[in-house]
Amino acid sequence: MKRSNAPIFWSLFGAGGMLSALTGPALVFITGIAVPMAFLVSPDLMSYAHVHAFAQHWFGKACLFVFVSLFLWHGVHRIFHSLHDIGIHTGAVAKLCCYGGALAGTLLAGYALLSIGF
Amino acid sequence: MSARRPYVRSMDGWWRRDPFFVRYMAREATAVLVVAYAVVLLIGLIHLSQGQAAYEGWLYALRSPLAIGFHIVLLAVFMYHTWSWFRIMPKTMPLILPDGKRLSPTLITGAGLAAAAIVCVSLVVAAMKVAA
Repeated sequence: MKRSNAPIFWSLFGAGGMLSALTGPALVFITGIAVPMAFLVSPDLMSYAHVHAFAQHWFGKACLFVFVSLFLWHGVHRIFHSLHDIGIHTGAVAKLCCYGGALAGTLLAGYALLSIGF
Repeated sequence: MSARRPYVRSMDGWWRRDPFFVRYMAREATAVLVVAYAVVLLIGLIHLSQGQAAYEGWLYALRSPLAIGFHIVLLAVFMYHTWSWFRIMPKTMPLILPDGKRLSPTLITGAGLAAAAIVCVSLVVAAMKVAA
């Protein structure tokens, strides 16, 4: 019997959902509100030097890769399974758009992080 | 003879009929903005790999009133995601039976929300200390 690949996508959905539930509000607040408005945090927090050094370190690299890719896999899986609810019949095209998009984003993130170097 | 045209009940707006379904749709809709935020970060990452000028262009774009307004919406949606994620957690997590009894749903939701609050406050406090 062919093994189903569904558990992989559900795991990515669950991991991304848990990660975004635990950290999402703080991340959005820091990167999208506090830093741009220089509110509560140093305007230097996300300076090129700081973020570049973070992305060069193996731990920073891993964090950036895991956050961006898991948020994507979480979101597209949930969107894919909700398409039926808004009257869109899913098929190969919908699958390709959703999971293909997350895969493309994951590869782009990996490529960007690798080209930043160590 | 015309072709039969059987009555098909419209499904338009089916979820607006019941607050339970409204909550369900709101919860599912958060996924769109989680993806949007991941894309914002991904664009930043790509600019970062292209050098200082490109990265600072991305930072500058984040300072526009439109971007800040968008992130305020994102913040509200992420908070709703956190709340709803742990609210359905008693139904979505694997069943565990300490002492042969189910854990109380309130306990599961409360523990999850408390964990999220601790993580978020720690992250913001850490961000305030870095480069201060």
